[in-house]
Amino acid sequence: MKPFDYVRALGPGDATAAAGREGAAFIAGGTNLLDLMKLGVMTPSTLVDITHLHLDRVETTEDAGLRIGALVTNSDLANHAAVRRDYAVLSRALLAGASGQLRNKATTGGNLLQRTRCPYFYDTAMACNKRDPGSGCRAIGGVTRLHAILGASAHCIATHPSDMAVAMLALGAGVEVEGADGKRRVVALDDFYRLPGEWPDIETVLEPGDLITAVLLPPPPQGRQIYRKVRDRASYAFALASVAAVIRVDSGRIASAALAFGGIAPRPWRDGDAEAALIGEVPSREVFERAADILLADAQGQGGNEFKIDLTRRLLVSVLTEATEERT
Amino acid sequence: MSEHHKMDAPDHARRLDDMAQGLIGTAMDRPDGPLKVSGTATYAHEWAVDNLCHGVLARATVPTGRVSDVAAQDILDRPGILAVITDRRLLRNPAQGGAGEAPVQDPSRIAYFGQPIALVVAETFEAARDAAASLRIDYEETEGTYRPEDAAFETPEDKQSSQGDLDAAMAQAAHSIDVTYTTPGHNSAAMEPHGAIASWDGDDLVLRGSYQMLKHNRKEIADSLGIDPANVRLLSPYVGGGFGSKLGIAPEAVAAALAARDLGRPVSVALSRQQVFETTMRRSETRQRIRLAADAEGRLTGIGHDAWVSNLPGETFAEPATQATPFLYGGENRQIGFHVARLNRTCAGSVRAPGEAVGVTVLENAMDELAEATGVDPVDLRRRNIPDTDPSTGKPFSSHTLRRALDDGATRFGWNQRQRPGTRREGDWLIGLGMACATRVNILAEARARVSLTADGRAVVETDMTDIGTGTYAILTQIAGEMLGLPLDRVTTRLGDTDLPPGSGSGGSMGASSTGSAVYLACRNLRAQIAARLDCAETDLTLKDGKAIAANKTTDLAGLSDGTLTAEGHIEPGKTREETRQATFGTFFTEVAVNAVTGETRVRRMQGTFAAGRILNHKTARSQCIGGMTFGIGMALTEELMHDPRDGHIVNRDLAEYHMPVNADVPQIDVVLLDERDDWASPIQAKGIGELSICGAGAAITNAIYNASGVRVRDYPASLDKILAGLDDGRG
Amino acid sequence: MQTRLHVNGTTHHLDIDPRTTLLDALRDHLRLTGSKKGCDHGQCGACTVLLNGRRINACLALACMHDHDEIITIEGLGGPDDLSPLQAAFVAHDGYQCGYCTPGQICSATAMLEEMADGWPSHVTDDLTGATKPDATEISERMSGNLCRCSAYPNIVDAILAVAAERTRA
Repeated sequence: MKPFDYVRALGPGDATAAAGREGAAFIAGGTNLLDLMKLGVMTPSTLVDITHLHLDRVETTEDAGLRIGALVTNSDLANHAAVRRDYAVLSRALLAGASGQLRNKATTGGNLLQRTRCPYFYDTAMACNKRDPGSGCRAIGGVTRLHAILGASAHCIATHPSDMAVAMLALGAGVEVEGADGKRRVVALDDFYRLPGEWPDIETVLEPGDLITAVLLPPPPQGRQIYRKVRDRASYAFALASVAAVIRVDSGRIASAALAFGGIAPRPWRDGDAEAALIGEVPSREVFERAADILLADAQGQGGNEFKIDLTRRLLVSVLTEATEERT
Repeated sequence: MSEHHKMDAPDHARRLDDMAQGLIGTAMDRPDGPLKVSGTATYAHEWAVDNLCHGVLARATVPTGRVSDVAAQDILDRPGILAVITDRRLLRNPAQGGAGEAPVQDPSRIAYFGQPIALVVAETFEAARDAAASLRIDYEETEGTYRPEDAAFETPEDKQSSQGDLDAAMAQAAHSIDVTYTTPGHNSAAMEPHGAIASWDGDDLVLRGSYQMLKHNRKEIADSLGIDPANVRLLSPYVGGGFGSKLGIAPEAVAAALAARDLGRPVSVALSRQQVFETTMRRSETRQRIRLAADAEGRLTGIGHDAWVSNLPGETFAEPATQATPFLYGGENRQIGFHVARLNRTCAGSVRAPGEAVGVTVLENAMDELAEATGVDPVDLRRRNIPDTDPSTGKPFSSHTLRRALDDGATRFGWNQRQRPGTRREGDWLIGLGMACATRVNILAEARARVSLTADGRAVVETDMTDIGTGTYAILTQIAGEMLGLPLDRVTTRLGDTDLPPGSGSGGSMGASSTGSAVYLACRNLRAQIAARLDCAETDLTLKDGKAIAANKTTDLAGLSDGTLTAEGHIEPGKTREETRQATFGTFFTEVAVNAVTGETRVRRMQGTFAAGRILNHKTARSQCIGGMTFGIGMALTEELMHDPRDGHIVNRDLAEYHMPVNADVPQIDVVLLDERDDWASPIQAKGIGELSICGAGAAITNAIYNASGVRVRDYPASLDKILAGLDDGRG
Repeated sequence: MQTRLHVNGTTHHLDIDPRTTLLDALRDHLRLTGSKKGCDHGQCGACTVLLNGRRINACLALACMHDHDEIITIEGLGGPDDLSPLQAAFVAHDGYQCGYCTPGQICSATAMLEEMADGWPSHVTDDLTGATKPDATEISERMSGNLCRCSAYPNIVDAILAVAAERTRA
């Protein structure tokens, strides 16, 4: 871990001002940042402690949605009565992630910005365009069990590891950001992440000094909410693939469908065409397979992760089947 | 006084059974428990040592070659940096178990990726870690061999054996199986990373470290440093798990000692978890071909077992995967082949039950395949093939309990509920049952221990033996208490200090029976000393609750002698080792659920029945068995060292990606310990138990996966992708 | 830098490198070595301590960020002669072998029982809005952030179940 200056921000102004320094990074829960700093993967020269900014409340918004402060911990969010009742997919996704200890520390804002678990990113001896732009991607041709089947580029095949963000994407969340100028704006989560392309080091649309202050959820969706995660052990492991689904069936036909996927792409993945293929249809295996065909049309394995294509298909069909079956 | 015993004849006297205290075998709580649960047991890296500075090892970032330059000066100029040690005596690899001499030194020659190159020492850990990470090292790279597929295999003559004509047996067999399985590398992954604190007083070194076998480790340290073992004292009273990884000294120990000598002050060095993966022993990956020839009723006429394993050039250890094949099952034709590749990967060495852990597992998979082929129930198939004597040598077994374990396990588990493969389903879950046998060779090792009976009637047991979680504190306390008639609170056991008599060390499942025998012998001698004071024969003496009863007279042990009575016990293996085949046996039964959509497997039930001679403590023995079976769950489902094909480096070098089982992966395992005495094994009739329960455990799970899903995974671990490949399209 | 830590009811003033983790501050500076370093990356749980009553991984916390927090370590739960109910149950059920993960397991279980009492659901809870019951499945899932290579898992679960049952009776 490189030496750094520690700055404690007592108001948002402090935070964004300090964040203007070259090499500054915000720290809140620290569960990912400190992990990476110990390995020399991230080397901020200033750490701006934002844990005293009082961004730790969950509030109902005027439109009956939810405003989740950026510092709300994963535990508090998963256990919040309104989330458990109205946004079950989010609660489920959070509870499927990490461990009780990590959820108590990890925050909403930090989770959105979680870095990939690509082992080549994690090892400074390996070339990695995400860690060291232009150095190459040692993961390609290496051990690729964890890697992406959708959205990767010739420069990076890493996946985004979050569970929470996948559920939020299916819920149509927005990210509230305070810029260095003190102005707040809301970015749809679907527009928040960037694909790696030539510059996998740039992962989001955030500008230097931007501070995530909250995540906004629209009013509770109607229909069935499911989060299903597949991993290498029963608990405490990152997703090989996950699906968040919010599906409403009306009069025997699929009236709305929001699907988001984790563990298979460089960002929480959503495919509007696959969703559109479901709308208005009578639920059936054929319909579900068609949606899977659309989702996976461009899927590309890297050797060790080829299985994710079949796994994602099976998972999607299974989740859609459960989401649309008649309740007894 | 010294009591020496060479195990040249079976001990039918079973003196422990004559004792009156009632401690032996009980499920007594560990005496070290209160310290461990309160965080006050002191592990290697936790001693309060004044003026301590901190060292962190720097690693090679090329797989093979030579160090051309270490840019030490760049970091020595930083504040708080005390030294950069590049001494040629630094270790390249850990020592193999029981080596008793220095392992490969000179880190300037690089044999594998991640090898330690230098030690950076600083006033603080934070400064040392940063400096070690940024230490610039230049290399001259050379070509290496990183994949078994690219390696030429050696076929050492002394590791091949053959009897009869296996090819003919295969050709004539009513049923035959010829299958090849692979198992990946494993890491012991003990929860305590290797750590050491070195301090010198003149020419004398005190090393507080994390080791399994102190008497060997002391010599390894001394040899590495070029000093006399008499100048080395090792302290390891508490060891946070070993599983083979701490059998021999590892790079941190010598690095700490060298740095402390150079700096003239104590130095602590701990491996990071990533370094534990990269620079301590891995279990070799294996490829194993099993051939089974059987008659129409499933009686074996031939067994073939070929194993291909790997290690670094020059290392003598080779995962002995075929170790149990000579004796587990009958069959007059038998052929064993053994092949070793030289790879530039992290050194291969002992990981819990080297050999049988992977070898019996694969053999037991092949037996399941034979059961399927013959139509004989898997339990019956084993019953039909239990040999009367060692089929390779004709020697008698010292004891043989496989049939009892089969009967007990099958009944308790409800084996008769097993259905045909792929026929039981609960929702998305396919349910199946599987079983496998367990066996592990038994070893008695030389060991010494001292027992003192103080004037106030208390006993102190002393040996350099270690307790790596195995329960040594408990069982040695019990043996002494039983023999001397003392309740638990009047016996103190001191371990893990080379100033004490050398025990066997912990490894190869021999610690309890070997060092336990030494304690037993010392106590037998003390009993004789007591008897002499009471003017009776030792055999007429009853010791119980601190009192001696002889000829209807009761005497308090306190006050029996003005001073302390002391005896040293010394056990050595002898002829019984040559005259009998000594092994432990058991069975595993499991119920798994395989998800028809995702291929995920959950172990729902797991039952183990084991026999290992006299069980010294039912609580700690049971815990050992649970631990081994859990290693089996990991081996079956999740554990795999993943090496980059281009440079051999271990890609999943942390606990997030090397998937050892978590609590949710492990059901409430049921363990049964069969009552047994093995008179040939040791004078306390005990055998080893720490490793038995991993030897075949994985096969019980993969066999159950086959029963559940009809998918036979022959490439461990049976991760969901491999099961998915064999499942149908999910329609069910 | 100057900072302070409130640990087990005592306030300590420290002069430490800002890079010092809470775990290293406890172990190296306060000599509270009950909190263990098994991985240093939040992947094993051996360093689990209670921060304002909640379980966290001390290895992924900077000491200087926690000068306002109340920290309880294993040493604060009970000493060898004064074991907490969970500590005693771990001994009775052999919920450990080598003992290295044990303080983290016990700190974790201590907070986990409070989480269950507060009605927090888990990944294996069927009904997110209903009650939770402390059975082996729930406890296994909730304790999965604490690795144990000796694998005392079934015994750990038994120890926790015993204490949970006692609490229910009380």
